[in-house]
Amino acid sequence: MRKLINWRPAKGALAALGCAPFVLVLIAYMVASQARLEVNPNDKMLPAFASFSAAITRVAIEPDRRTGERLLWVDTAASLRRLGLAIAISAVIGLTLGMALGALPIAGASLSPLVAGVSLIPPLAILPILFIVVGLGELSKVVLICIGITPVITRDIEQRVREIPRELIVKAQTLGASTWQIMLRVVLPQALPRLVSALRLGLCSAWLFLIAAEAIAAESGLGYRIFLVRRYLAMDVILPYVLWITAVAYLTDYVLGWISRRAFRWHFLGQLQ
Amino acid sequence: MHHSAGLRIRFTAALLVVGAALLAHSAYGVADEIKPKFRVAWTVYVGWMPWDYAAQSGIMKKWADKLGIEVEIVQLNDYVESINQYTAGKFDGCVMTNMDALTIPAAGGVDSTALIVGDFSNGNDGVVLKGKDKLADIKGQRVNLVELSVSHYLLARALQSIKASEKDIKVVNTSDADIVAAASASDTTALVTWNPQLSEVKKLPTAHEVFNSSQIPGEIIDLMVVNSAKLKANPKLGQALVGAWYEIMELMSSPSPAGVAARTAMAKASGTDLAGFESQLKTTRMFYTPADAVKFTQSPALANTMQQVAEFSFMHGLLGEGAKSAGAVGIATASRTIGASANVKLRFDDSFMQQAVSVKP
Repeated sequence: MRKLINWRPAKGALAALGCAPFVLVLIAYMVASQARLEVNPNDKMLPAFASFSAAITRVAIEPDRRTGERLLWVDTAASLRRLGLAIAISAVIGLTLGMALGALPIAGASLSPLVAGVSLIPPLAILPILFIVVGLGELSKVVLICIGITPVITRDIEQRVREIPRELIVKAQTLGASTWQIMLRVVLPQALPRLVSALRLGLCSAWLFLIAAEAIAAESGLGYRIFLVRRYLAMDVILPYVLWITAVAYLTDYVLGWISRRAFRWHFLGQLQ
Repeated sequence: MHHSAGLRIRFTAALLVVGAALLAHSAYGVADEIKPKFRVAWTVYVGWMPWDYAAQSGIMKKWADKLGIEVEIVQLNDYVESINQYTAGKFDGCVMTNMDALTIPAAGGVDSTALIVGDFSNGNDGVVLKGKDKLADIKGQRVNLVELSVSHYLLARALQSIKASEKDIKVVNTSDADIVAAASASDTTALVTWNPQLSEVKKLPTAHEVFNSSQIPGEIIDLMVVNSAKLKANPKLGQALVGAWYEIMELMSSPSPAGVAARTAMAKASGTDLAGFESQLKTTRMFYTPADAVKFTQSPALANTMQQVAEFSFMHGLLGEGAKSAGAVGIATASRTIGASANVKLRFDDSFMQQAVSVKP
């Protein structure tokens, strides 16, 4: 009898095992939905697949009755614009600040505790302050995401920069490099690939803050639509939106990973072997 | 190879068993009890605080015991979530407004009965402008409100009153929990909300209330809604809820020390003091006697209101995509039935309140 720990699925079984949970979830959903619809044909909790396709047609293909817009695309564009802007800002701040804190002892000593403290503030708890300072518009949503992810990115970069072998810095100095040159030619190439992985991890929280911001005050966006139609329990719209968000989030993550592997080959050399 | 194939089969079989067990649990998890047990949900609002008092004072238990049933009163934090849970079948009854009763459970196919007509908003909902003091100034502004709620309905009625429409403004969906903070933001110029938030917003130095629900009296109604099938099978549930409610109403409207004590308890539970609670009661038209509530329920005005609410809901897509007209979901009132009589899903039933009129405690 072989031990369980040594059982490895064959290649064909691997795919089947991977799909099985999805299929099971789907079957469980269908059975539960069928049971509810038999009791109440108008049930909104677990709609049938036909209702999904009707809802998707309605939000993605047909123009909306009130506004004449194709809602899914308008919402996706609005959300991605906020997310993209916030991530770009957070990346720039996180990278510069993180490099400074990690490489310059004087900056680290004076600012590290502050960044560590700020990173522990739950951004949603300070929303009322945020509203008063930056208002309710697009800016507040971008700022909320930035507050949420910048400190984490900064601390990550700072940590990675501290891990750069001291020998590298010393060597660069023996070759006559100034602080500025060391920052640009030694620290930056080491920090950039880390920035991408920090961003990929930060994306999870960024989506969370985006949806939260859109739930609180908005006129478009993926989170806005979900919280709006939640008011009348339109699960036929909510579930496809959730799947769509998952797909978009997966795609963003994939693209970031791809860019990172293409742009920073040196960083992945060790891993490839 | 055969090892892995065997593993696959066994593993899949195990998953299927677990899945089936989970399904069976969710589908048949509700066990039968000897004493019928019911769960009723409520959320904080001046007109619904008596339900908290019913649970705290033991008045609900007294009536339930008398009728040989059990009624559990559960407080939920989120209003819409409480209605959604009721619609999903987790509760047998729930407090909600007339409009939400139509657009959430009734439009969702859950036949619901307005068992108790508790009050109507008589100034508890209002339109507030910052820096302007005429309703007409709202044109062209961005208005913060909970979209598709009674606030949205109030705004539509306000716009109607100045011959304007929603095209003249831009609606910004804003959570009711954050609307007070939103009101303080400098770029917020117009908003619609309800009490207690409304009274906070009105305290802002530049705020002017330009329209409120007392200008459309009797249109925003606060109800205790019960699942019709449950009520039909267990009329005792209706009797117990109505009995407890009107016992508290009598107490609540009384100037006696016991009445003051009851109002103070309700004030405390809603996070204010007696003075704050009584000022909210001033903008709430409570139906303290069953006779009063029955009269309102039987009036043709209620039917007309529901007709307007149904039209508003249809225009905003709240009756569901299958709905071809405002009458898609039938509403039965004492004076007439509105919309599809073959698809009545919301019933204003005054029979239980009438029993309370005749059987004085």
